[in-house]
Amino acid sequence: MALDTVAIATTTPDQEQPFAALGLKPDEYQRIREILGRRPSSSELAMYSVMWSEHCSYKSSKVHLKQFGDKAPHSDALLVGIGENAGVVDVGQGYAVTFKIESHNHPSFVEPYQGAATGVGGIVRDILTMGARPIAVMDPLRFGPADAPDTRRVLPGIVAGIGGYGNCLGLPNIGGEIIFDETYAGNPLVNALCVGVMRHDQIKLAKASGAGNLVVLFGAQTGGDGIGGVSVLASETFGSTGPAKRPSVQVGDPFTEKVLIECSLEIFAEDLVVGIQDLGGAGLSCATSELASGGSGGMRVELDTVPLRDPSLSPEEILMSESQERMCAIVEPSKIARFLEICKKWDVTVNVIGEVTDGDRLIITWHGETIVDVPPRTVAHEGPVYNRPLAKPEYVDRVNAQVLDLPMPSTAAEVKAAVLKLISSPNMADKSWVTSQYDKYVQGNTIQSQPEDSGMIRIDESTHLGVAISTDANATWSYLNPYEGAKLALAEAARNIATAGAKPLAVTNCLNFGSPEDPGVMWQFAETVRGLADGCLEMGLPVTGGNVSFYNQTGDVAILPTPVIGVLGVIQDVRERTPMSFTDAGLDLYLIGDTKNDLAGSEWAYMHNQRGGQSPIADLQAEMRLIELLLEGQSIFAAAHDLSQGGLAVTLAEMVLHHDVGATITLTQEIAVALLSETPGRVVVAISPSDAEALATLASNHNVSVTQLGTTGGSSLTINDAVIPLDELRIAHTQTIPKLFG
Amino acid sequence: MKVGVVTFPGSLDDRDAARAIRAGGSEAIALWHDDADLHGVDAVILPGGFSYGDYLRCGAISRFAPVMGSIIEKANAGMPVLGICNGFQILCESHLLPGALTQNQGLHFLCTPQTIKIENTSTPWTHDFIQGAEIVIPLKNGEGSFQCDDPTLAMLESEGRVIARYVGENPNGSRNLIAGITNARGNVVGLMPHPEHAIDPLTGPTADGLPFFSSILSVMVGK
Repeated sequence: MALDTVAIATTTPDQEQPFAALGLKPDEYQRIREILGRRPSSSELAMYSVMWSEHCSYKSSKVHLKQFGDKAPHSDALLVGIGENAGVVDVGQGYAVTFKIESHNHPSFVEPYQGAATGVGGIVRDILTMGARPIAVMDPLRFGPADAPDTRRVLPGIVAGIGGYGNCLGLPNIGGEIIFDETYAGNPLVNALCVGVMRHDQIKLAKASGAGNLVVLFGAQTGGDGIGGVSVLASETFGSTGPAKRPSVQVGDPFTEKVLIECSLEIFAEDLVVGIQDLGGAGLSCATSELASGGSGGMRVELDTVPLRDPSLSPEEILMSESQERMCAIVEPSKIARFLEICKKWDVTVNVIGEVTDGDRLIITWHGETIVDVPPRTVAHEGPVYNRPLAKPEYVDRVNAQVLDLPMPSTAAEVKAAVLKLISSPNMADKSWVTSQYDKYVQGNTIQSQPEDSGMIRIDESTHLGVAISTDANATWSYLNPYEGAKLALAEAARNIATAGAKPLAVTNCLNFGSPEDPGVMWQFAETVRGLADGCLEMGLPVTGGNVSFYNQTGDVAILPTPVIGVLGVIQDVRERTPMSFTDAGLDLYLIGDTKNDLAGSEWAYMHNQRGGQSPIADLQAEMRLIELLLEGQSIFAAAHDLSQGGLAVTLAEMVLHHDVGATITLTQEIAVALLSETPGRVVVAISPSDAEALATLASNHNVSVTQLGTTGGSSLTINDAVIPLDELRIAHTQTIPKLFG
Repeated sequence: MKVGVVTFPGSLDDRDAARAIRAGGSEAIALWHDDADLHGVDAVILPGGFSYGDYLRCGAISRFAPVMGSIIEKANAGMPVLGICNGFQILCESHLLPGALTQNQGLHFLCTPQTIKIENTSTPWTHDFIQGAEIVIPLKNGEGSFQCDDPTLAMLESEGRVIARYVGENPNGSRNLIAGITNARGNVVGLMPHPEHAIDPLTGPTADGLPFFSSILSVMVGK
């Protein structure tokens, strides 16, 4: 194909261009022509098409996401907010922590191993780009039914990909979720979270300032993988037919990324960069336009100096390539020699590809000819914004009105059978088969990992300061009531932090939805964002960033709205944390919080193929009182474990199995509701009998109800008359997943 | 006592090994793969990780790093060397230890607390253990199955060169449940599980791994 330059574009205004195949709508193409005052060159068209894709531009979600800023609570902890690669939070003692969650759903469905692997790689580079050392990853995953043939295809590949990449980077995997539901059968969700730590003065931003400063590309060479990944894959719905999309999935090389991390950290430590951006979705198009746009706007890049893995790539392909493990830095000329030296030490490929210029144009040349000449803000930040139509779907009132008809166990035999059935269901079963494929020990700072309520990492060995993170979502609640669903997920994640004794500090999110072109989906999305923004304001937790993943659907059928909410908290002394389970007999077990008949959206209802009814209404004031109680009472709790999916039955089973110490429980409420209801805002704690009065005082001070459940000890979980030997419970809990996937 | 920890490109547990050395009472010295100078260390640890991505055979490229030339020379002269996980693989590739580490029988990466039995306390790395002690330390690798031919296996067994063995079900298909071995002289030890991740129950399953890092001090100072 002949080279299309800006000069040619100016003289051939009527030449037809394949904007539709690149995912641009006719009016979007028209707008590009208006911005430039001419038709775009083919390279410019490539850049706009990837940067204006849903994935990069947030064009359908922007108008809603604005609420996270408008309703932001006052927070002294927030150092860098939404808009940068990841938000940064002050955790005290001069430390700043950055964390973010991102989706890699579509690539992981097409090519499970590489899709999931590069999902980890991408989020880790986002964290690194902020100037932080990545210290842990987490992976909330959602699949179709556990026994579906396609789940057997995608799950082992995704798990191996996450492990293969994360393990090779030396990042402990400290948690996540694994949920099976038919809604994800043709569209699994692979969300990846990374957390990193740095000193306050080490924070880096994506901006290219200072004319004469150099644009430096370092890391892997550029190849043909992932070309158009964002526009072709992330922004279109999968049809049942159509060409194979595998070439659009990137291929990861974790070794290169590991070396890139160490090399970058050494460069940061010597303060050698003015600004930095990683190359992820939209590759060089994104990095150059965002860096230029974040600075004064002027940048000149000689594209033919980009080192290539495949020398036959065209300039358009180089601009769109999503080859992994690449970073772009802005470096002062006086510091470039040292920069190159550090790259040489780590054997990292590095090239100066351009420089920051005066003015406000991003100019890219190819062997001396200008192929791109654009105002970078129009590429990076001034893409189209849609206020898409939204309408409450008809299903909502219909399913809300459904009355659940569930078996309600009452006799000892029924209770025992129900607990065993629940604990062995794929969603509630032990996930060690998966988590044992992840390294959780590396770096030597992992305090808690799966199956604890939250992951916890020590960040200072001498002061014992640490951070805890949890991610949560209940898609059925969001389906029944997306506004409340978002608040409930936020509350659950915050509670999971507090049970361990960490104070919730900030929020990230990964909003997984169907097509934004469906008004019903858009309504779910708008309600979710409104709920999350309201919830964060009420709880005083700022949203530091996040990710929107649309077009998660198969044909016309969207997935259930799945907002995965991550909460980060800080703990002053990790040695004082409260674990999820007890090691001693003779402790008293209490339930904190009230149990109502909340079976809608419960695991018990799901197991009986019922998804109707009304979701609980989030009481965030009560959640905050519970969190305060947990933090204030930390010293008296021998164990604390959140109640969520599977209710009290699953919480108790997990507690007794963790250290093989049983419990005897007496329930006075209707036993089926007491065991199976999933009323939010509840925690089971274990305390020494001598602390009973202290707990009662705490409960009364914080206006939270506590109910004694029983005592720890023995070799069974005994609930009223139902005696379930721990061995039987363990077999039920641990055999399901290996049988399905082992 | 100065104990060097080599960082190869792709080493992951180097900082953990250095921490464990300090916990064991010695000074940790960072060594660089590309620098043949051992900086006067008394002993060397080759840490876990995926050196050079382990894209060829694990340890096959690292074996040719400049630092390995010096280490092989010193090891042959009696300097204590401990290879953990990827370090064990590098020691086998360097022919300082016999055998090879192959893909786990289960075909997956496996990370789990593992019980092992210490069977040889005469090496400078196992001196502080009690013969026959059963300890729990993390096992975490994808290629940890120890394999060798029958004569080598017979030699290792008859000479008491199996320093640690897995207890219970074979986690990865290693011959004779072998978790770690030593060379004929007893100064070079390769170990598949990770004692450096078990020096504090706060961050590991136990503190059972600590004697691997304190032994060196007892042996050298006791000399």
